[in-house]
Amino acid sequence: MPDLLIELFSEEIPARMQARAREDLKKLVTDGLVNAGLTYASAGAFSTPRRLVLTVEGLTAESPTLREERKGPAATAPAAALEGFLRSTGLTREQLELRDDKKGQVWFAVLQKPGRPAAAIVAEVLDAAIRNFPWPKAMRWGAGSLRWVRPLHSILCLMTTEAGAEVVPLTVEGISAGNSTEGHRFMAPGRFGVTSFDDYRTKLRRAFVMLDAAEREAVIWAEAGNLAFAQGLEVVPDAGLLAEVAGLVEWPVVLMGAIAEPFLGLPPEVLQTSMREHQKFFSVKNPATGRIEGFVTVANRETADHGETILKGNNKVLSARLSDARFFWENDLRRVKAEGLEGMAAGLAHVTFHNKLGSQLDRVKRIEALAREIAPLVGAAPDLAAEAARVAKADLQSAMVGEFPELQGIMGRYYAEAAGHNDGVPEACREHYQPLGPSDAVPTAPVSVAVALADKIDTLTGFWAIDEKPTGSKDPFALRRAALGVIRLVLGNGVKVRLSELLRSSFVMVFGDAFVSYYEFFIPEFEPGDLSGKRPFLHTLEGWRKGEVELFILRELAGHSPPETDPEARVEAIRNRVLAGNKEEVSSLLAFFHDRLKVFLKDQGIRHDVIDACLAPSPLVATSATGPGNDDLTLLVKRAEALAAFLKTDDGENLLQGFKRANNILAQAEAKDGVEYSYGADLKFAETDAERALFAALDAAEAAISPATLAEDFAAAMGAMAALRAPIDAFFEAVQVNAENPVIRRNRLNLLSRIRATCLGVADLTRIEG
Amino acid sequence: MTRSTPRSFQEIILRLMSYWADKGCAVLQPYDMEVGAGTFHPATTLRALGSRPWAAAYVQPSRRPTDGRYGENPNRLQHYYQYQVLIKPSPPDLQALYLGSLAAIGIDLGLHDIRFVEDDWESPTLGAWGLGWEVWCDGMEVSQFTYFQQVGGHDCRPVAGELTYGLERLAMYVLGIDHVMDMPFNDPAAPIPLKYGDIFRQTEQEYSRWNFDQADTAMLLQHFEDAEAECARILAADPTDSAGRRIVMAHPAYDQCIKASHLFNLLDARGVISVTERQAYIGRVRALAKACADAFVATEAGGAAA
Repeated sequence: MPDLLIELFSEEIPARMQARAREDLKKLVTDGLVNAGLTYASAGAFSTPRRLVLTVEGLTAESPTLREERKGPAATAPAAALEGFLRSTGLTREQLELRDDKKGQVWFAVLQKPGRPAAAIVAEVLDAAIRNFPWPKAMRWGAGSLRWVRPLHSILCLMTTEAGAEVVPLTVEGISAGNSTEGHRFMAPGRFGVTSFDDYRTKLRRAFVMLDAAEREAVIWAEAGNLAFAQGLEVVPDAGLLAEVAGLVEWPVVLMGAIAEPFLGLPPEVLQTSMREHQKFFSVKNPATGRIEGFVTVANRETADHGETILKGNNKVLSARLSDARFFWENDLRRVKAEGLEGMAAGLAHVTFHNKLGSQLDRVKRIEALAREIAPLVGAAPDLAAEAARVAKADLQSAMVGEFPELQGIMGRYYAEAAGHNDGVPEACREHYQPLGPSDAVPTAPVSVAVALADKIDTLTGFWAIDEKPTGSKDPFALRRAALGVIRLVLGNGVKVRLSELLRSSFVMVFGDAFVSYYEFFIPEFEPGDLSGKRPFLHTLEGWRKGEVELFILRELAGHSPPETDPEARVEAIRNRVLAGNKEEVSSLLAFFHDRLKVFLKDQGIRHDVIDACLAPSPLVATSATGPGNDDLTLLVKRAEALAAFLKTDDGENLLQGFKRANNILAQAEAKDGVEYSYGADLKFAETDAERALFAALDAAEAAISPATLAEDFAAAMGAMAALRAPIDAFFEAVQVNAENPVIRRNRLNLLSRIRATCLGVADLTRIEG
Repeated sequence: MTRSTPRSFQEIILRLMSYWADKGCAVLQPYDMEVGAGTFHPATTLRALGSRPWAAAYVQPSRRPTDGRYGENPNRLQHYYQYQVLIKPSPPDLQALYLGSLAAIGIDLGLHDIRFVEDDWESPTLGAWGLGWEVWCDGMEVSQFTYFQQVGGHDCRPVAGELTYGLERLAMYVLGIDHVMDMPFNDPAAPIPLKYGDIFRQTEQEYSRWNFDQADTAMLLQHFEDAEAECARILAADPTDSAGRRIVMAHPAYDQCIKASHLFNLLDARGVISVTERQAYIGRVRALAKACADAFVATEAGGAAA
């Protein structure tokens, strides 16, 4: 059983592409070998910055011989048919066999496809793998036309058996496979030959190349830990950086340095971000103080001076970077102390959020108003929530966030603290962006929750308003993430809120501002009081309901409706107008939320049809004090969870069948009779005990379900519904609904209608599948 | 070739010149127009196109108006030097040749940590892109190393290898200087020793003021329009001149493209170009670059059959 060793040696492969490339090489080659009829015992792939390596052990020496029989024309067929068959099989007439068939004698061809030596198959498979390798980005070089991630220099392709090692003959665009490779670029230049994977690995190590990325990672992490530990410090874990750094070196040499005194006062996030993004350094923390006091850099070589020059150079680059960071930090702090966060935020007026949605300041004002409205619902003081919203984006104007956009929010918290806040505002500055992804934490502090909700809702209504809704895989403004954020904030904090009301308020702000500014523009004498800075919203109106506003204004000017003289009243009139026109946007955005909710709950194990059943307008809930329940997400999920749990029980499953049976009979009868059997079932027409028992059970269930639903005790409502299962089963067992007597029939249909109404009062069971 | 540490900025430039001359490059002089980077020199942009072999090295003064800091920032300048090497087809040992050039300017490859870190290059104004690396020396970026794949919308066949050294930063590292203005330009032992600041501090101040506050934006806009129109006109002209000679004016047209690009940079520094307009201006310059590339590949130097 031969072993196979392949090395594709190139110029430096980007670190981020190496892991995927290892897997791709393994899959392409082993799949190709297997498809050609070979088998193997095991395979392993490796990478360094300059090489992709595959080892396959226990490969079969050749592919099996294949025998195929093909049936040809009958012996009596015209000569042309036989000639065609000979052509297609590549045989002569003498090689065919004449066999007896049902309808007489027929020509048969027996084709032998001989097995092929593994080397020939490997050569073909590797050639195809190199030419079709799925690099995220590939390139050409020199005068050739081969594409690889960076110039490919050599191919090592070796089959090793007990008898020895042989190069698999193979040439790809002028590069012929051989049995040699190179070691470390600087520490061991020059080529050397190898005879097997073990020999390759051993010789590479002698030539200062550690083949396995996992080993390099382990060495880096252990060395870094040791260096830090020796000084009473610890390395801040960063798996992504570790993998990247391991992909940048063949011979990792870990060096640790101290961060110079003038930079120790910088916030840890600033030090970490600057060192990670610019220098690919690990941060080293003092566990006693929590401060970042050192760094770890990983060089690709040993030197005669034990890395002194390298460390000195790195230190110098770091100092230059951190000098910049300190300059930003100190300037920002000075500004915040002098002007407050409001002063820092002032510049947001000149930053465009989106050319149809005005400046960042316009947006902040909308978020502020919305946060004030949300505050009481989440237990925050409205004034405080409004203040937090007003300053939450101030740090976008700081020099530090200008340099490191990923520090937005994080710097906001520091600057809010520096401005003297200790009231939940600093946390809101930091947390209002959260949750950023499905695994990011959901804020719980009331002020943070209020601002986070307002921020996301404004994003959604704004882009909805200008018709930038997500389509297919395109979601450039991350609206799905924003909607999921709202859902998680609401559910995670058990917020009781009618979402459609917040959406309506938010739409009024987006559209209303647009209308007011258009109005203001249209009628020069119109002075809308404190509504300055609304002019950017004029853009929103371009192509959007402009006609409607013009009509409104023209009518007012023509005296069709009495013109409002009081500016506030004018604004109010326009706002009302906007409100009336907003229904469509609100319901379309709410439907988007419901879609996202379905995806979210599906991940939590709740089926989409269960959610649909709870989303459908329920007659019972509609008449309750809470109104239509499907925009209160907390309530909705409680119902869905109760229903999902109920449907998993034996009672639930059977009740569902009983309900469906009742509903089907009823629907057929209603279609046939052209009437709706919706009420009037009378106990006195009941003929059997089973009917009477069902009457009693429905009375009891209705009496229990209504108050339970109103009290949002959905488990109790489901329990009451469950009690209907046995009487419904017994009813169908004992009674034929479509009785001869029309009075009895009608009464029974009306009884079925009570089953339907009662169940629909809990959830729309018609939507449940199965 | 001496391996000792150079003593001045110009010694580093001279060593690079002599190294690449030794390796067979034609040592060209800077292009006589304002450009944002050495890539804009027609010896790179145009000569990267077509089938003819090419090997050139040159210093290119480069202007980035928005980077002006009145000469105060230790390493940001609105006018600086790039060293540029372009070899087509890219030789198989280009990495080794490049490392040799670092040794030539006094970087001891036995003591430093040189790394090739992924950095793909793209020039939206030139309609060009390539793959390669930024080269790190002990954690500092000292060069850009690119295999050109497309220029002006044309596939590069064969592929040119491009090396770009940021000369000031590289020299400051080699010479151990912390502020660019303190860097010796000529030999510190010369009878009249000159520092970088002696030559450029005042000009940095003057240009920073002009770039940021004074440049006449209406005039610049007009010049932009003029350059754009002239480029189009030159390219649309009949390729046969009055004497019956066939002469396509690819280079004069490309000069207008360079002008438009620099005028756009000046307008950008004056802050009169909004975020949305920005893309449109870049698109207009790119259209010129593409048209010039189209014209060049139809000329003899561009590899068209004579």
